[in-house]
Amino acid sequence: MTLWWGVLGGALGCYLLKLAGLSVPRRVLDNRTVHRVAGLLPVVLLAALIVLQTFSTGTSLTVDARVAGLAVAGIAVWRRWPFLVVVGLAAATTALVRLIWPGS
Amino acid sequence: MPESESESVKPPCAVPDRREVLRDAAGVAVATGAYGLSFGAIALATGLDVWQTMALSALMFTGASQFGLVAVVAGGGAPVAGAVTAILLGVRNALYGLRLTEILQAQGPRRLLAAQLVIDESTAMAVARRDPRSARLGFWATGLGVFVLWNLGTLIGALGASWLAEPRVLGLDAAAPAAFLALLAPRLTGGHAWVVAGLAAAVAVLAVPFVPVGVPVLLAAVVGVVAALVRRRGRSADVPA
Repeated sequence: MTLWWGVLGGALGCYLLKLAGLSVPRRVLDNRTVHRVAGLLPVVLLAALIVLQTFSTGTSLTVDARVAGLAVAGIAVWRRWPFLVVVGLAAATTALVRLIWPGS
Repeated sequence: MPESESESVKPPCAVPDRREVLRDAAGVAVATGAYGLSFGAIALATGLDVWQTMALSALMFTGASQFGLVAVVAGGGAPVAGAVTAILLGVRNALYGLRLTEILQAQGPRRLLAAQLVIDESTAMAVARRDPRSARLGFWATGLGVFVLWNLGTLIGALGASWLAEPRVLGLDAAAPAAFLALLAPRLTGGHAWVVAGLAAAVAVLAVPFVPVGVPVLLAAVVGVVAALVRRRGRSADVPA
């Protein structure tokens, strides 16, 4: 049930941000610092999510088959392959490593 | 959702054909719908149910934020931390509104509907057009097209994944970081972005053993805000008054 509150609260927050962009006076948002923060937020959050999703399980740091998946994804992104190929290769690589080393 | 590539290359033709605008919108919508498949599958693999997954795609409707929320709660993070992560990832949508207000000229209920469709793709397809009519059409056609196919893709992906007994066997837990990597890459423009991204990643990973799940992401957000403010001050110091 609490997960629902996260889903709905997050959705409401995201909607209000979109609406604010179309509604608040221009001078409030058209500010260089606001632009810099808004530009860097996706960069830092995505970077953090990548390493957390690869190297952590709960509150412990781990190295497992996901690392191989991310490495292959890195190559695919660098080669500018399509999004679904990147995601699919990462999953397939990880699955393959787990097949060879069960428990990784 | 991935950056649209159609933003950069548009010849400065006088008034583009209505059909051309609609065709571009359809192309973007189909590509994004395919991407919705992976969102649906990943959300289910990490423990959300089909309804929660669909609520995210229909109500939140901004890809990176949806992935962000799923990633945080999947690891056992508090739902509120997931919501805050999603909201921080959605801040850029407010800035898109700045550029769209004049194009759309939407008031009342129309503005409430337009707001929900403000995403990377619809913004890119609107601001790429020179004349206001095509820009408006680009926004609405892309926004509505992506909305329909993104939700359809999510539903198919979620239903498909709900039949899987053990998502880990298929490596689906590695699909999320790969998705984030694909979203991050186009934003790494210039050395400063790389440095800040590396710093944020380091702070997040070092914090893992010491703080509750979900908090490391928020610490990374603090790194981003500080980096933006420091850079701002450094810049303004360079410029003579």
